[in-house]
Amino acid sequence: MRDALGIGIASGAYALSFGAISTTAGLSLLQTVELSMLMFTGASQFAMVGVIGAGGSVWAGAATAALLGTRNALYGVRLSSLLGIRGLRRVLAAHFVIDETTAMAIARESPPDSRFAFWATGLALFTLWNLGTLAGALATHVLPDPKVLGFDAAPPAAFLALVAPRLRAREPMAIALGAGVVALAVVPFVPAGIPLLIVATLVVLLGVFRRESH
Amino acid sequence: MIWPGLLVACAACYGLKLAGVFLPQAWLQDPRIQRTVPLMPVALLSALIAILTFSTGHRLVLDVRAVAIAVAGVAVLLRAPFLVVVASGAATAALLRLVL
Repeated sequence: MRDALGIGIASGAYALSFGAISTTAGLSLLQTVELSMLMFTGASQFAMVGVIGAGGSVWAGAATAALLGTRNALYGVRLSSLLGIRGLRRVLAAHFVIDETTAMAIARESPPDSRFAFWATGLALFTLWNLGTLAGALATHVLPDPKVLGFDAAPPAAFLALVAPRLRAREPMAIALGAGVVALAVVPFVPAGIPLLIVATLVVLLGVFRRESH
Repeated sequence: MIWPGLLVACAACYGLKLAGVFLPQAWLQDPRIQRTVPLMPVALLSALIAILTFSTGHRLVLDVRAVAIAVAGVAVLLRAPFLVVVASGAATAALLRLVL
């Protein structure tokens, strides 16, 4: 329970910056809160408002958000066998299937503990994530010109913090560098937001056609 | 018109979560899927960092944001909390703009 609250509070702080970045990108208070209520998966939300803030279309943002959400489907597979949730409850449980709840649930020793960890983390996170979003968005409404405050440098810093824990091996490191180079190489020539979809396509090709390395 | 895109994105993200919970397990255990999906966040987040740091519209630029992301990188290496990383990047850009 204490772990769940701890994670909830940490993510509330993280949600503050989401609310601020989303508002700076030009989304209304209602739109910002809607993303946290209904999308409820951090990286996708940040990417959505990052693309819009950089001048990309909302559809390019939507595609990027969905691509980032693919990992939640794999989490769902693990959790549904681990937690043994049945019937309609799965419809609600699915909304809580994200990085943090998965990590908390699979770290437990027994299925009942896992179930408790999943629901406790999910509820704490959902509550504090939305409160943090609201607070961040409201605070940004009363601030002066966002660029003076360096808010255009906030999203890349946020993405760096998000991606860093995934870079602990050589392969993801190479993929990160490659993705950055490819994205910059095509930026001058295609509409905003499209470089991300080109990168995503290359990742799929790499994943499908690469020879088994182990 | 931003609402349709937002709602479709939310529906897609929820649909993916739901698919994981409801679809037969074997469908998503194809090794190609297992290999590709974990690479997606790494690649997309890195591409976003590159674009948001080194480009404005369709032009490649090198400005205060490059220093800001470097400072944020140091914060990450020092294991600073998320908000500190974000704030250090933003504060660096703001300060440099004030000085330059």
